[in-house]
Amino acid sequence: MTLSTSSNFAKPDDAFRAIVEAHRGLSEAQSADLDAALVLVLANHIGDIAVLNEAIALAKRRMLDASQQQQQQQQ
Amino acid sequence: MVQTKTQFGYRRHPDQDRAGAAVAEHPVVVVGAGPVGLSLAIDLAQRGQSVVLLDDADRIGEGSRAICFSKRSLEFWDRLGVGQRMVDKGVVWSVGKIFHGDSQLYQFNLLPEEGHKRPAFINLQQFYAEAYLVDRVQELSGIDLRWRNKVTGLEQRNDHVLLTIETPDGPYRLHAGFVVACDGARSSLRQMVGAEFAGQVFEDQFLIADVKMTAAFPTERWFWFDPPFHAGRSALLHKQPDDIWRIDLQLHPDADPVVEKRPENVRPRIARMLGHDKFDFEWISLYKFQCRRMEKFLHGRVIFAGDAAHQVSPFGARGANSGLEDAENIAWKLDRVLRGSSPEALLESYHTERSAAADENIRESTRSTDFMAPVSQQEARLRKAVLSLAKETEFGKRMVNGGRLSVPSTYDTPLSTADRDAWRGGPRPGASMPDAPIAAASGQPMFLTEAFVGRGAQFTLLEFGNGAAIDAPEGVETIRIGGDHGLADTRGLAGTRYDAEPGTAYLLRPDGYVAARFRHPTRPALDAALARAAALNRGLS
Repeated sequence: MTLSTSSNFAKPDDAFRAIVEAHRGLSEAQSADLDAALVLVLANHIGDIAVLNEAIALAKRRMLDASQQQQQQQQ
Repeated sequence: MVQTKTQFGYRRHPDQDRAGAAVAEHPVVVVGAGPVGLSLAIDLAQRGQSVVLLDDADRIGEGSRAICFSKRSLEFWDRLGVGQRMVDKGVVWSVGKIFHGDSQLYQFNLLPEEGHKRPAFINLQQFYAEAYLVDRVQELSGIDLRWRNKVTGLEQRNDHVLLTIETPDGPYRLHAGFVVACDGARSSLRQMVGAEFAGQVFEDQFLIADVKMTAAFPTERWFWFDPPFHAGRSALLHKQPDDIWRIDLQLHPDADPVVEKRPENVRPRIARMLGHDKFDFEWISLYKFQCRRMEKFLHGRVIFAGDAAHQVSPFGARGANSGLEDAENIAWKLDRVLRGSSPEALLESYHTERSAAADENIRESTRSTDFMAPVSQQEARLRKAVLSLAKETEFGKRMVNGGRLSVPSTYDTPLSTADRDAWRGGPRPGASMPDAPIAAASGQPMFLTEAFVGRGAQFTLLEFGNGAAIDAPEGVETIRIGGDHGLADTRGLAGTRYDAEPGTAYLLRPDGYVAARFRHPTRPALDAALARAAALNRGLS
């Protein structure tokens, strides 16, 4: 299996909203705790180390792109 | 206290009176009479080699140090004739429990199935293991054990190593065909060959105490994260023989070792853990640990084994056990090379197989250590999430890492012949042989590992009966299960564990690892597998 990046939710806004609402009213630290637990629960649900590694790579690549952009703007 | 002999005398050896060009020559010299060096010397001697075993001390070290000996180590010691003595003295266990705070998160059983001669683990103080091994050494004529013989110089020559050895009577020299360095984590031989020993140092300090008390705790391994008696850190409790309990407490990275080690400071901590203070200290030690290994385990004619070659954190019982696996791996190879039955290239497989095992042990124990002592805020957060999820989910329980206990590695090795037939299970080439209950032709119950030992731990063909016996290559022993005069698979477990059908055969190496397996072996296929496993395809040098 490979990581699916096509849109899998019938209503993507509902999914985004569910995650946002889960964080409502939480402090930064509580939010970080929630995310940590959520990542582990979802990773286990995926249950495929290759897919997990792809997901991590995708998330990290996005972060790297952002920091490169920031550097370019500073120049 | 200890009943066994632990103090030994230095005795002058005639080798010390030889001078100049008349230096004594020995085929193999083992340096370091710890569990690894002693076991290796016994294995070599039982295979017919004469071994010189040198140790710089004259006594067996104090403190219990290693305490958990694995099933694999016990099976090795069975071959050396000391397994039963270890098990009789040791504390047998297979259940571990993990606690978080004051509640139990989960428990595991390391040997959930029956029909194995040996348990998953015994706990036994290292000094007992060493004392029993020394007793065994003294029963064998092939081992010349020299106490207070400290190697101070090493020169590699074309076909031998010249060793300089310091003794109470002054120095002497000898020639060794091969030297096996089993001289521990601070190996001086490693420094003499100029090898690096790089790796990761962990900042957290751990306090180990062996306490004597009579207590009603079960014989299980108990591990706590953030226990009420030791807030924010981890703790381990484990039973040993003679009413001794091993306690391992994680300390703060900047705790002062001198202060922490004082009995008056250790005592209240342990009293809180046990709920009483009716105990006495046998041994207290404070340590930080390192995970590291040598880049190459072979340096010319000097071979490194055990802690001299690799070090891991103690959580997982991977130190002494992996050293013993080194010993059983190198013993038969060295024996064949010394006999001229295999080329020196066979020794390279020792590095290939055991350095990969060392990497695996380092990876596993590093993961355990990182879980116990998270190095960043985010790591701590992820661990907290795992511990809280473990209370209500099965996946969370399995992610909690309080030490993954030693199991033998499966070797990806040039000595293996790749499977060509279809298999649904059973040990694949490179894996160690699983045990199974069987019965002798007389009907007497026994174990498969005993049948292997009974045939001298040589290359052995394990056949599952189907008409006539296979014509095994010369020098290969046979264990035949089923058929007319074979051993009986009374409970069908041997067949299941080896995924056997009539005609199935496994070629086992002298260390009990699978070299090749066949549904219907032919003599040419067996010859080729044997040649590969003995590195004969690499040509005799």
